[in-house]
Amino acid sequence: MFTTGRGRLVALGAVVVGAAIALSGCATSNPLATGAATPAGGTLIVGSQAYYSNEIVAEIYSQALENGGFKVDRQFKIGQREVYLPEIEAGKIDVFPEYIGSLDQALNKTAAGGVEDAVYKDLTSVLPKGLRVLKPAEAADQNSWTVTEAFAKKWKLTDIASLKNVTDPIIVGGNSELETRPYGPTALKSKYGITTAGFSAVEDSGGPLTVKALVDNKIQLANIYTADPNIKSNNLVALKDPDGLFFPDNIAPVVSKKVTDKAAAILDKVDAKLSQSDLVSLNSESVNDQKSADVIAKDWLTKNGLLK
Amino acid sequence: MNWIVNNLPQVWQLTLQHLATSLPPIALSFVISVPIGWAANRFRWSRGFLLTVFALLYAVPSLPLFFVLPALIGTGLRDSVNVVIALTLYGVALMARSTADGLESVDPDIQLSATAMGFSGWTRFWRVELPLAGPVLLAGIRVVAVSTISLTTVGAVLGIPSLGILFTDGFQRGIVAEILTGIVVVIAIALLVDALLVQIGRLLMPWGRADATASTGRLDRRARRAAAA
Amino acid sequence: MNFFVEAIAWILDPRHYGGENGIDTRIVEHLVISFGVVLVAALIAVPLGYAIGHTGRGRAAAIALSGGIRALPTLGLLILIALGVGIGLTAPFIALVVLAIPSILAGAYSGFEAVDRRTIDAARSVGMTEWQVVGRVEVPLGLPLLIGGLRAASLQVIATATLADYVGGGGLGHFLFLGLKTNDYPQVLAGSFVVILLAIVSEILFGVIQRLVIPAGVSAGMSTNVRVRSPRSQAATG
Repeated sequence: MFTTGRGRLVALGAVVVGAAIALSGCATSNPLATGAATPAGGTLIVGSQAYYSNEIVAEIYSQALENGGFKVDRQFKIGQREVYLPEIEAGKIDVFPEYIGSLDQALNKTAAGGVEDAVYKDLTSVLPKGLRVLKPAEAADQNSWTVTEAFAKKWKLTDIASLKNVTDPIIVGGNSELETRPYGPTALKSKYGITTAGFSAVEDSGGPLTVKALVDNKIQLANIYTADPNIKSNNLVALKDPDGLFFPDNIAPVVSKKVTDKAAAILDKVDAKLSQSDLVSLNSESVNDQKSADVIAKDWLTKNGLLK
Repeated sequence: MNWIVNNLPQVWQLTLQHLATSLPPIALSFVISVPIGWAANRFRWSRGFLLTVFALLYAVPSLPLFFVLPALIGTGLRDSVNVVIALTLYGVALMARSTADGLESVDPDIQLSATAMGFSGWTRFWRVELPLAGPVLLAGIRVVAVSTISLTTVGAVLGIPSLGILFTDGFQRGIVAEILTGIVVVIAIALLVDALLVQIGRLLMPWGRADATASTGRLDRRARRAAAA
Repeated sequence: MNFFVEAIAWILDPRHYGGENGIDTRIVEHLVISFGVVLVAALIAVPLGYAIGHTGRGRAAAIALSGGIRALPTLGLLILIALGVGIGLTAPFIALVVLAIPSILAGAYSGFEAVDRRTIDAARSVGMTEWQVVGRVEVPLGLPLLIGGLRAASLQVIATATLADYVGGGGLGHFLFLGLKTNDYPQVLAGSFVVILLAIVSEILFGVIQRLVIPAGVSAGMSTNVRVRSPRSQAATG
């Protein structure tokens, strides 16, 4: 009995240890994993946020670059800015679709804001060495204070300042970090004297759950991105922002030194065509038609004659 | 269902990534828990301490662990090694107790007979105690496997690729089919790996079926209890 | 290691107490969610587990179901329910109840099964009715294993309730998400520490309860037979 038991035990041990070694090797060298390894020269690494709209733009950049003869390594869905910014700074990502206002605020805590040109200029001055921001597109996906149409009518709301008309308690909803952002509830208080009654954290970046909470009147004021197709389909109103509380968030690629003039020219051409209404409909194709990013990107590039 | 048809390649790729991050922790926690279980069983005084420490590891919320670990061990935030280590810790937290219980379940009379037959402590452990603890170990590793495969999804909140990406992405886009697909595939993988472990167990331990229901033997009851943990 | 010091300082900072976002408020929220969840899960799982344990029927189904539920990723379930019911406590509550059920169910039926068949036969032979067998024999003797199941469930729920804030459910997860998104490591660590602390308290409480509920006759029997089965292993189920 002990002899057979021993043979089996050795087999068991061998299987387990072998599997462990094989699999851990597999995990670290897995080509699909978003490791930090830099592929061979000539390949551009394109990154994206973990945000479907950003991913579509990254996919558009990738396909345009591939069409221009460049090799592209896609490293998409890399969390939020806090996670990927250090990697861009370290030169581990070569092309990343960014939003100029938000990036400016992340890099320069005392950024003054203003119109698109001013923000772009400030951004170029604070970018870490070795990085460039190419020309921004017309398309912008910026933060907004959004309410339902009914709520806007009831309190005669047009711009952010008019929120003062509201005498009922206002519950604010958005990602948890909104509470600490320079345009968050504290800014409403200090800039416009608007007091909010509470904050509901919903971690879907102004997605369907936030919209649902707004429509269900569980929250009254939400931070929703202006290119979100939900604004139109749910009859929401993004309050006007004449004082520039939110920075203009036009899309522009942040690129590393590995991006040559030829590659930059390709990206510039893409951004020259990317209009605000295009961005909304790209997002709508993702959310409403449930298409995948590569299909949406290819269709848009073909439609705009950017693929040879 | 539109979504599934449009995104099959992505689901397949995420499934592979999911397996690549969840299988190593399962194997590693089995290997690592053997010396811990042995120590807990060999040195009575250490048992309570060791098992409590590892049980509490399980209480560490997974989300911050995924985030804090890279800062502690100096890996990149997006490195899948972080998730492998974190999941291994959880696996060991569950498995250490199973191993200790399994070794304890071995009848003292059998240990005495083995010693009487001339086994040294070392060979007795590998050739008598560990194999006899097999059913309890198997029950333990099955729980570890299933919960690890399910827990791997949490890394998606930080952007670490796994089937959990289908949850976060589906959440933002409001696509129920995407979320449902993620849930179904995770459960399918878990049940598949579980069935595989049962088969391995049958192959290696024909003398005792871990899932026997008729026997009320002490060993068997322990196996069940470990499964209940 | 510096983060740890900062995290402790963060917890001790009096400015982080009081108000909607105070540590105290979030702890209360977290405990209320966790306690409510375990209570509801127990109300569902204990009668079911007892029925399975007493009759011996449906055990295979219960094991298969528990295995399936264990494999169910809580994050996915949470998001799925939330898309249906909206923000707030409802979605995390349901998802956590589902998470808690397998451990409690297993504790309940394995507690009954662990009772020696001869003891039950003896109870019947002294004239006990079925209900008396359940109430006076199986329930008290199965209590340590049931408490073990509740202990495991509570630990899981306390740790996982951090996900509630992902869909606007509040609790200590708020510090984790806020800290993660704003790169505030000390806050993330501080939030985690408080969660771990709650888990430790829960473990200790259940450990004490587990010892208290062992019927006097059983513990007396065990102490004379300690060589074969130590009381600790009897209690060790978590």
